[in-house]
Amino acid sequence: MTPDEQNVARLEKVSLRYGDKFALDKVSLDVPAGRKIALIGPDGVGKSSLLSLLAGGRRIQTGDVWVLGGDMSEARHRTAVCSRIAYMPQGLGKNLYPDLSVSENIAFFGRLFGQGKAERDWRIDELTKSTGLAPFKDRAARNLSGGMRQKLGLCCALVHDPTLLVLDEPTTGVDPLSRRQFWELIERIRERRADMSVIVATAYMEEAERFDWLVAMDGGKIISRGTPLELKTKTGASSLEEAFIALLPAERRSGGGSLVIPPRPPSKDGPVIVARNLTRRFGAFTAVDNVNFSIERGEIFGFLGSNGCGKTTTMKMLTGLLPATSGQALLFGNAIEAEGMSARARVGYMSQSFSLYTELTVRQNLDFHARLFHLAPARAKARIAALIRQFRLAAYLDQTASSLPLGIRQRLSLAVAIVHEPEMLILDEPTSGVDPIARDGFWRLLIDLSRNHGVTIFISTHFMNEAARCDRIALMDAGRVLATGAPSALVEARRAATLEDAFISYLEESIEARGGDDGRETMAAAARDRADRPAVAPGAKLNRWFSPRRMFAYTIRETLELMRDPIRLGFALLGTAFLMGVMAAGISTDVDSLTFAVLDHDNTPESRAYLEELRGSRYFIERPPLSDYSGLEQRLKSGDIKLGIEIPPSFGRDVRKGVPISVGAWIDGAMPFRAETIRGYLQAMHQQYLVDLATREGSSASQAEPATIETRWVYNQDFYSIYTMAPSTLAFLLILIPAILMALAIVREKELGSITNLYVTPVTRIEFLLGKQLPYIAIGMANFAVLLLMATLVFAVPLKGSLFALVVGALLYVAATTGYGMLISSFASSQIAALFGTAILSYLPAFQFSGMLTPVSSLAGAAAVMGRMFPMTYFLPISVGVFTKGLGFADLAGNFRSLAIFAVVLILLSFLLLRDQEK
Amino acid sequence: MPSLANIFWLGTKEIRSFAHDYVLVGLVIWAFSFAVYSMAQSKSQELNNASIAIIDEDNSPLSHLIVEGFRLPPYFRPPKAIALQDVSRLMDNGTYTFILDVPLHFERDVLAGRQPALQVNVDATAVVQAGIGASYIQQILTTQIANFLARSERSQPQRVSLDIRIAFNPNATTSWFTSVMGIINNVTMLAIILSGAAVIREREHGTMDHLLVMPVTPFEIAMSKIWANAFVITIAVGLSLSVIVRGLLGIPVAGSVPLFLVGVVIYLFFASAVGIFLASVARTMPQLGLLYLLVSVPMNVLSGSNTPIESMPRALQIVMQASPSTHFVSFAQAILYRGAGLDLVWPEFLIVALIGGLFLGLALLRFRRISAETN
Repeated sequence: MTPDEQNVARLEKVSLRYGDKFALDKVSLDVPAGRKIALIGPDGVGKSSLLSLLAGGRRIQTGDVWVLGGDMSEARHRTAVCSRIAYMPQGLGKNLYPDLSVSENIAFFGRLFGQGKAERDWRIDELTKSTGLAPFKDRAARNLSGGMRQKLGLCCALVHDPTLLVLDEPTTGVDPLSRRQFWELIERIRERRADMSVIVATAYMEEAERFDWLVAMDGGKIISRGTPLELKTKTGASSLEEAFIALLPAERRSGGGSLVIPPRPPSKDGPVIVARNLTRRFGAFTAVDNVNFSIERGEIFGFLGSNGCGKTTTMKMLTGLLPATSGQALLFGNAIEAEGMSARARVGYMSQSFSLYTELTVRQNLDFHARLFHLAPARAKARIAALIRQFRLAAYLDQTASSLPLGIRQRLSLAVAIVHEPEMLILDEPTSGVDPIARDGFWRLLIDLSRNHGVTIFISTHFMNEAARCDRIALMDAGRVLATGAPSALVEARRAATLEDAFISYLEESIEARGGDDGRETMAAAARDRADRPAVAPGAKLNRWFSPRRMFAYTIRETLELMRDPIRLGFALLGTAFLMGVMAAGISTDVDSLTFAVLDHDNTPESRAYLEELRGSRYFIERPPLSDYSGLEQRLKSGDIKLGIEIPPSFGRDVRKGVPISVGAWIDGAMPFRAETIRGYLQAMHQQYLVDLATREGSSASQAEPATIETRWVYNQDFYSIYTMAPSTLAFLLILIPAILMALAIVREKELGSITNLYVTPVTRIEFLLGKQLPYIAIGMANFAVLLLMATLVFAVPLKGSLFALVVGALLYVAATTGYGMLISSFASSQIAALFGTAILSYLPAFQFSGMLTPVSSLAGAAAVMGRMFPMTYFLPISVGVFTKGLGFADLAGNFRSLAIFAVVLILLSFLLLRDQEK
Repeated sequence: MPSLANIFWLGTKEIRSFAHDYVLVGLVIWAFSFAVYSMAQSKSQELNNASIAIIDEDNSPLSHLIVEGFRLPPYFRPPKAIALQDVSRLMDNGTYTFILDVPLHFERDVLAGRQPALQVNVDATAVVQAGIGASYIQQILTTQIANFLARSERSQPQRVSLDIRIAFNPNATTSWFTSVMGIINNVTMLAIILSGAAVIREREHGTMDHLLVMPVTPFEIAMSKIWANAFVITIAVGLSLSVIVRGLLGIPVAGSVPLFLVGVVIYLFFASAVGIFLASVARTMPQLGLLYLLVSVPMNVLSGSNTPIESMPRALQIVMQASPSTHFVSFAQAILYRGAGLDLVWPEFLIVALIGGLFLGLALLRFRRISAETN
């Protein structure tokens, strides 16, 4: 079976399930080539899953996927065609790198596709000009507006002239003007490359009208396909939105019927929400600029604007979450701060992310909120029962919020926000991502609250048809309110056909007024001079397995990001120095300053002679003498003394008479190591005393001491532990910090979504890993330099052996420790798990089991096993050996070999555990 | 009392969230079971399997007796005979920690009363073992020589003997110490990260905003996280002590476990407050993590739970007196090993609680800004 020449892609009975939920259910579809195709349907119906299967970003579970003439389940084919496919995942600029500038982002993608510098430069030039981003080439992606970020995403997708362009909800959360311009841009690109197919997922039905061919999806199935006209004719609907609702199975349509908004009775009270010259700045950036409005009781007030235009910031100021930089916000006629708790009980708030506790069930969420608002138990019970009825939640009561479909979750979110019957609701984009029917149902609830219960509603939205339902709306852009008024009045004022047109006209005017610094209008001009340069044949010169350029793409990017994150960088260098200072100075196994007290029952010259040795010792410090036995016990217990000596009453007499007698010593055994050491000291002193005693009494020296024992402390004559601890701490920190930074760097990509670039571009797993590892090896070596300087300069530890050997050892070691972090990151999916896991899995073996305090050969049990499987065990002899024993390569060959093996094996394991597609 | 009710209900939510995070639950279980067990088994604090080599130049009955003296498992591995020229190589590559040299004519010189010298080379880089091992070796040598002389001539009985008893841990067994200290280290590491991560997670999921607009005060939010955290970890500590330490490892605990758990709760109050404070300083999870390392590593390493605190530099000792981890270690040792009662440890309880209160205050000061800074 080969796919038809006419089709760019073909799906045969494709199913995809996450746990026991089907994202796609036996979907079969032929995607015609050279067309502009849209997948329509609400969130969570399988659009994104389908697109990422087409782009090769997700593993096929069952069924066949053919794209560009080959089977996408074959890795070989995926590698061959991935340079002809461009994929832009859902979410504003999810595959972009916010710390990188516009041109750096595009250059990164260019490198991934093996482009040389010259080619990258003209492509960056061309793409930024044609998208109007040229004036902002050096701006960091994080500082771009939603619309601009979307265009940058497109630039990155188009950098390699793809045959198939896959865009997942590219315009969600973007203002209408940017949205319109985005589609114009796509049109122009298609004019130039007629053979290019574009597949798009969208939740905006109005947008779908412009496409050649539509695929309507619901519940993981395709419910209809055809041109927009065909769909509308088939259902007899006038708009696509209505057509879509008509296409849904009957039971999903329940509660339909068109929405009627009764007129609002005029309010007699004063305004409930007032904003007066409300302004908020974050540093130099003004998020909200002089915003004014006043809202009456029972009014539904809509807030429109693109992502990042200041809607959320304004709402946060109204709820008192965020203090205003200047200006005033009044709720119920009082300044927010002053109101405190009593105002909060009158306000219900629903933030953008449906802030539910997703691990609680529906009932637990409702109970939890009722309790926090101190509803009396009887009232809470009645209220919750009423809400469950009103919001039709009965079927889901014992499900956790995370398992609910988006529409239900949103209903629950609203139920939770009004559990205390607030007089005012502040809703931040409550309907984004929810399907049209659920949205209508939601609005029915809002209208009921407003008209029948006099609840004032302040709502922000992206949807024009929702905006049209508000009593009044405010249009916002770049922190300022462009216009306020009834929707119909605004349309009239601009003499526009629709509210969307009116909004666009306001936006254009505002941009004009700002001097057009948005670059939007440069687009038209730039589009013309797109030169007819020969497109480089994609894939022709790409090495399939390994390309240094692709690897360096990651190295360069990671380095740039590190340089721009002063906290991570600062920690890596200064944090290390701090830990080195504290640990090397603090971990000391020199046992001294030991406190002791004497219980001398005898108190004769003989007993004092016995104690002389102890009192003169530099290891011991005497505390006030003991008077009785219980005092000895008490002071040992409290930790006041570590050693108690008891001299029996007849000591002096017995010594004189030569009667054998025994002195008692009690050692605090709380810390075994210290106890053992004290025992050693005591025995040596006792021995000395016996020799002295015998000598004094005239015995020959040889009788008292037949042989002398000379203990030589090799490598460290004074037996100062700093000489060992400084090189050991160096080894300890060189595993802890590089491993954690490395693990975080990889998991960050997973968590933030940019890992998709690994899945859908020609970069291979080994290039990805090595490319990311290089900068961390560099950081590790910088750490090493800092630690080395501290050891030699601050702690004055002499470096006796070969510096070169130490440097080479450190390099191998850091390669192994970053590999260790890499390996741990392949199990972790969140940054916190990576961080915590790496910390716990390196701290314990490093500190306890790798020979830092006790030689590995002396460890027993699991500790010994863990020690031998840990790279630090093999670096420690190098570090300590070079510093204190003056060793070089020849003496430590085995350790160098082991470290090299560790480095290679750890990278290989990470390579094997890293997936090249999403599961 | 609405405030207590809020704290209680917010806390139950924390416990539910924790129970749903399987990775965290797994790590907590690992930390309080396997990690504690493996540390206890390590024998890292005693002389165990130390490697020793003997150069027997004398090859006499006395030197043989000395060699026999070191066949003393588990302290030493059976001594190996080596040649004089190999000494420096074998010490350099760390094959042997101790090398004993019995010189030529040693026995003859001893019998002749010439006081010959035995040389013991100790690799001083093996910090824990070197010191203890050297004194064991000294003891063994003295005893063996005395035994030898007792056979050959009449030697005097020792006139003064030293009777050393080690209180609280008669055999100075490592596991008695490391098991409990392992628990203590884990408490510090876990409590800070759990409470800190709980705050950051709420912030990342947007639920912190949600809470802050409800009639709930930052104090209640913070206290709820503290009690929930303390509840989970105290149970883990209790189980670890009774199941792992007493049960599996068979270590007798001298003092009152309930009193110790009271101390744990007080310490957890402090550690959780620090976690919340760090979370109010950090903006993101990675930043929290890095701050956490800077705080928790020194707190653990220098607390006296690994190496004796008396031997730290004076200035550092004073600084560490401000760290509750030091007091925690100190009262844990006092209660569990030495059977100290409340009358002895209350001042340390008080210090820990006061420092905890200080951090809670600092965290609350910053709490409101949490929301402002996430944007």
